[in-house]
Amino acid sequence: MTVLFGIFLLTMLVITAVAIVRTRNLFVAVMLLGIFSLLLAINFFLLDAADVALTEAAVGAGISTVLFIAALALTSERERESTSRRWLSLFVVASAALVIVYATFDKPRFGDPNAPVLQHIGPWYLQQTPEYIGIPNVVTAVLGSFRGYDTLGEVFVVFTAGIGVLFLLSARGSGSGRRRPRSDDTEIGLRDEVLLRVVGRLLVPFILLFGLYVQFHGEYGPGGGFQAGALIAAAFILYALIEGEERTLHALPQRVLNVLMVGGAMLYGAVGVTGMLMGSKFLDYSVLAADAVAGQKIGIILIEAGVGMTVCGVLLNIFHAFASRDRVQ
Amino acid sequence: MNLLGLYHYWVFAVLLMIGFYAVVAKTNLIKKLIGLSIFQAAVFLLYITMGKISGGTAPILQKGVPDAIFSNPLPQVLILTAIVVGISTTALGLGIVVRIKEEYGSIDEQDIQETDRQ
Repeated sequence: MTVLFGIFLLTMLVITAVAIVRTRNLFVAVMLLGIFSLLLAINFFLLDAADVALTEAAVGAGISTVLFIAALALTSERERESTSRRWLSLFVVASAALVIVYATFDKPRFGDPNAPVLQHIGPWYLQQTPEYIGIPNVVTAVLGSFRGYDTLGEVFVVFTAGIGVLFLLSARGSGSGRRRPRSDDTEIGLRDEVLLRVVGRLLVPFILLFGLYVQFHGEYGPGGGFQAGALIAAAFILYALIEGEERTLHALPQRVLNVLMVGGAMLYGAVGVTGMLMGSKFLDYSVLAADAVAGQKIGIILIEAGVGMTVCGVLLNIFHAFASRDRVQ
Repeated sequence: MNLLGLYHYWVFAVLLMIGFYAVVAKTNLIKKLIGLSIFQAAVFLLYITMGKISGGTAPILQKGVPDAIFSNPLPQVLILTAIVVGISTTALGLGIVVRIKEEYGSIDEQDIQETDRQ
């Protein structure tokens, strides 16, 4: 039954992708991309990846859609007909797809326990996590401790991308620039839509609460800094869509976002350096407490907090950078 | 059933190439970024599919279930971070597109090349 459901979902995924590429209306394409992400998230859930499903649902279906729509508002919704390289591209793409499909015949079948990818390091992580880290969620253990270097690098990539967007969109171009003071009527968000407004306002505190739960429960269940950062950012973006951007910036000013963005990355780095100062290696949390396992737990909680702060700060900063820009005619 | 075991990989191949088609054949820059997102999603699906064990469950250890089978946590960790990095880089791409629109007045590749030639 689950297999059939999975096949149905995967087929839907392909149909949605084809529709996204075929439509000429970019607004439709972006909304379909949101549906695509949601379908993908359900697929991840069926494939036992609860943490990944949570991330994809929050980031792909939520924040990504909002950012694309913000970019569409600043550019244009219609796509022009382009026929120049169509048949050549179709030929190249179709032959490449056939080659990949041909290559899959040598791959281990779906879910095969003897597949090489499942032999080496995966079982080792599963065995060693209770002994070294002492937390139930192995994904968080690998993310935070075993492969802490990786995650530190990813946090800095997110941070750099955030700086890049701020740099691009706060620069003053010729004849454009950041927002000039405008009349109030463009700034009220959805305040006239009573139903959306009431339901939206009711939802915001619960999304925030769920975000904090996901942040601090990440060691025991699906969750962690990446998901929590995205969820909390989504709550503020929802608030901005309902109440307008001014009010959101009043509740959570740009200054605070910058501090979150920088502070999170620095907190992560500082935990690593603290390990060095206490006589071990960079990002070794075992020395943070008298007991090695307790030290690991403290380290993971701290770096997850750093990840959450950076992700939330960067995503909200990016959203505000797009939302505060005037459309150029 | 034997061939059905490869269905996930076929969907991966098709999605990858649908995304790639949008990147190479479409001239609209936002459509190209959407294609890139689909391409990325296909790679995510491949990794997560490879980590799945039949009869397995999510890799969260539980007391009292000592012989449970868990799917491989490592691909999940890689993809989890990749999703968040993916949205950040997409946002950077969208930022560049918005700036291009402001400077060139269009987000269509052909118009931009035309303007550059003049």
